[in-house]
Amino acid sequence: MTAFLTLIIVLFIAVAIWQMVKIFDLAQVGSDSNDQVATDKDNKLNGYLMMGFLVFIYAITIASFWYLGDLPLMSNSASEHGPQIDNLMIISMVVIFIVQTFTQFLLHYFAYKYKGEKGRKALFYADNNTLEAIWTFIPVVVLAGLIIYGLFTWTSIMNIDESEDPMVIELYAQQFNWKARYAGEDNTLGMANVRLIDIDRANILGVDESDPYAQDDIITTELHLPVGKPILFKMRSQDVLHSAYMPHFRAQMNCVPGMITQFGFTPTVTTADMRQNPDIVEKVSNINALRLERKEEIEAKGQELLYEFDYLLLCNKICGKSHYNMQMKIIVETQEEYDAWISEQKTFKNSLIVAEEKMDDIITVDDESIQNENEEAREELIVN
Amino acid sequence: MSAHADTHTHDDHGHHHKETFVTKYIFSQDHKMIAKQYLITGVLIMGIIGILMSLMMRLQIAWPEQPNVVFEALLGKWAPDGVMDADIYLALVTIHGTLMVFFVLTAGLSGTFSNLLIPLQIGARDMASGFLNMISYWLFFLSCVIMILSFFVEFGPAAAGWTIYPPLSALPMAQGGSGMGMTLWLVSMAIFIASSLLGSLNYIVTVINLRTKGMSMTRLPLTIWAFFVTAIIGVISFPVLLSAALLLIMDRSFGTSFFLSDIFIQGEVLHYQGGSPVLFEHLFWFLGHPEVYIVLLPALGITSEIIATNSRKPIFGYRAMVMSILAIAFLSTIVWGHHMFISGMNPFLGSVFTFTTLLIAIPSAVKAFNYITTLWKGNLQMNPAMLFSIGLVSTFITGGLTGIILGDSALDINVHDTYFVVAHFHLVMGISALYGVFAGIYHWFPKMFGRMMNKNLGYLHFWITAISAYGVFFPMHFIGMAGLPRRYYTNSNFPLFDDVANANVIITIFALIGGTVQLVFLYNFLSSIFFGKKAVQNPWKSNTLEWTTPVEHLHGNWPGEIPHVHRWAYDYSKPGHDEDFVPQNIPLKDGEEELQH
Repeated sequence: MTAFLTLIIVLFIAVAIWQMVKIFDLAQVGSDSNDQVATDKDNKLNGYLMMGFLVFIYAITIASFWYLGDLPLMSNSASEHGPQIDNLMIISMVVIFIVQTFTQFLLHYFAYKYKGEKGRKALFYADNNTLEAIWTFIPVVVLAGLIIYGLFTWTSIMNIDESEDPMVIELYAQQFNWKARYAGEDNTLGMANVRLIDIDRANILGVDESDPYAQDDIITTELHLPVGKPILFKMRSQDVLHSAYMPHFRAQMNCVPGMITQFGFTPTVTTADMRQNPDIVEKVSNINALRLERKEEIEAKGQELLYEFDYLLLCNKICGKSHYNMQMKIIVETQEEYDAWISEQKTFKNSLIVAEEKMDDIITVDDESIQNENEEAREELIVN
Repeated sequence: MSAHADTHTHDDHGHHHKETFVTKYIFSQDHKMIAKQYLITGVLIMGIIGILMSLMMRLQIAWPEQPNVVFEALLGKWAPDGVMDADIYLALVTIHGTLMVFFVLTAGLSGTFSNLLIPLQIGARDMASGFLNMISYWLFFLSCVIMILSFFVEFGPAAAGWTIYPPLSALPMAQGGSGMGMTLWLVSMAIFIASSLLGSLNYIVTVINLRTKGMSMTRLPLTIWAFFVTAIIGVISFPVLLSAALLLIMDRSFGTSFFLSDIFIQGEVLHYQGGSPVLFEHLFWFLGHPEVYIVLLPALGITSEIIATNSRKPIFGYRAMVMSILAIAFLSTIVWGHHMFISGMNPFLGSVFTFTTLLIAIPSAVKAFNYITTLWKGNLQMNPAMLFSIGLVSTFITGGLTGIILGDSALDINVHDTYFVVAHFHLVMGISALYGVFAGIYHWFPKMFGRMMNKNLGYLHFWITAISAYGVFFPMHFIGMAGLPRRYYTNSNFPLFDDVANANVIITIFALIGGTVQLVFLYNFLSSIFFGKKAVQNPWKSNTLEWTTPVEHLHGNWPGEIPHVHRWAYDYSKPGHDEDFVPQNIPLKDGEEELQH
């Protein structure tokens, strides 16, 4: 209804503008063919408006920072490398902010200051190599700094330190949900390929049933992570491109059908602790105040009315109709809580629906050559 | 060749052979008419459709899943009971992007102004090949028709984003729009690319061969430099998109596996093996990134000309401006990987592309500062075209600066594909290039139609557009930094983002205002064609050659001989002259030195 009303209003405004414009246009007098060229009066008016516009740009900058700048996603990262990204972001923002304030001032101030007057002649000033050298050199220096800082940050994030013995978890994407596969006790994921998917046997991720490493894998629909433990995510997709986006951890990597991509990070703040964080508490209470205003609408949709903070994994690459609803909850918890949770989950071997006689068939198929192939493929996977 | 022939045949004022309605208005080979055809088809019609789509998206984002008469009226079966369908939302995203980037800001912008200005400003009778030029326009027209037709097929138009990444775009079972809709998209784009290549080749050949006597490359107006370099980038990069489109057609229809591998969808395993979607991303962005500059450079060229003319001052640092156009053009072909930092390509490549990408900020900064210095101590004539040019510099700076964040691979991890990106590229290439188009139309309207546009309506148009452009895209950066992904049909499934919902409503209101005020422009444009004040020959007191042609259009441009050029295009307010402008065809006075630029 709001939309409808707004629309009607906009429509009326449009009609009104059209009519006003017409009157405005018709009411103009004078037949001099040159009267559509700016006069001193126009220059003056638009010069002042330029200054007004400068104020508007500053105002909208301040308003945006005031109302939207305090979103906790810009701070309060929940991973070890997060603060690095946040620092770099803040430095870049400061540089941008300074340059923006300064150049917009010059642009609009000059537009105001040098507004045309009849009879005045502009300064014939076509070139100055020193000046140009200055504004080539300054960006070079600033950018060199940003590039070097950025590259160090990028390299340290993307180079995964295998010596830390990260816990391996597969993130598996499909239209339109996520699954996680834990590597189990051996910390090695069993081989998998979508060609091995067998819905009848509940082998939904195409894990190779004959692979000994696969037996203890654990497939879940919720992602639990022990705090302080390095995690190495291996991403896989079964159908189209998806992107595993975990904004609170400053982590993102595309999931590409036909290949395995990876991203590693160490979560540093448990979900429980994050919920106590004053910024998050404030954010949540804001959100809940807003949700209470829209109570009926939200309940009609069958959603929980009140929001409680949780880390999320979102899909961030257009993937089809329900792209906007492809998410998985992430829970960061202490090692003990995690151990308790994982021990309750079924291993891959036990999750299969197996008709007894079928099991035999599978074992006979399981010959030497397939085994070797798997071995090779796994090595490749580890190298990657 | 034909232009050379014209040199002789048109000395008698070009009226010697009768033109029929068809050869004059429809299958015209005259560059000025073709420019107008591009303007009407590319900028106006496709632009209106593109803007309408964006407004529908904004309505959906601000008031998600609520019935709306507009949806009911315009989307028909895609909006049952007036509620927009999620599939059509993605289709709108896709076609809005395609139309605005390719049809409006590539064909519309270059097609209009390269066609109009290249022959007029370099002193040529017409394009090198008027016939190819005509073919180019009609291929473009055909591709427009096919693209629009895709809205009328059963499962809707392409809906995989304007980047059409496979497998989503390759598999009809992944998405309704990837069936017939995507086929039409690919066919339309293939024809579009053919059109664009014909146009670009024509521009390049014309600039190289048909400059009038005295028009050396260092005397070319910056508009021509920009159009010329744009055409070169287009010739280099568009064929790569064509190859990607052809390979995708192969994958879709002939069972090859260039981009597809190991896919399980809707309960079955597909036969594809060994391909890689990342390959497509490389091919796409090898065009896609230069495309940004194909859109932007002509707008910057137009701005250079208009700012100099209306400041009554030479453009500051002509040589640096040319060098920075060349530098941007070169760098634009080696930065495509910054769209793919987290696509799964080797992180080392990410480092390389970060380096090359951030380098682009240097020539861009030079351009911005040179524009600002051109204003300094000028005598600024605030015509509507000038306002849009100043507006362009403003949005170019605001939008360009956030590129420093997005081009940095480490920072891109967290803002990639969020609304931060949407805000960035809309400001830096969308709004900036659109301002370039508006500036160009206001400035060269007298040349195109022999009449003036109404300046007061122009002021109204500019100020409201400028305010709403910032109102829409400035807060959007912050929504992106809050982590909100783009291309979501609704955000209501994520209570996490509830606190940006109000900001989205405000953005939509600005967008509606900004969209509505374009009606003022439309009114001004259409009514001025018929009822505008008659234009004088050189209304803006400009130096370039197009203003030495008569107001009435002639086939062949100049009634007598083509003027010779004796100076660069920027002798504004030159000491020693009474007037504050000296057109390029005026010989140097005794003892006057041509500026060493």
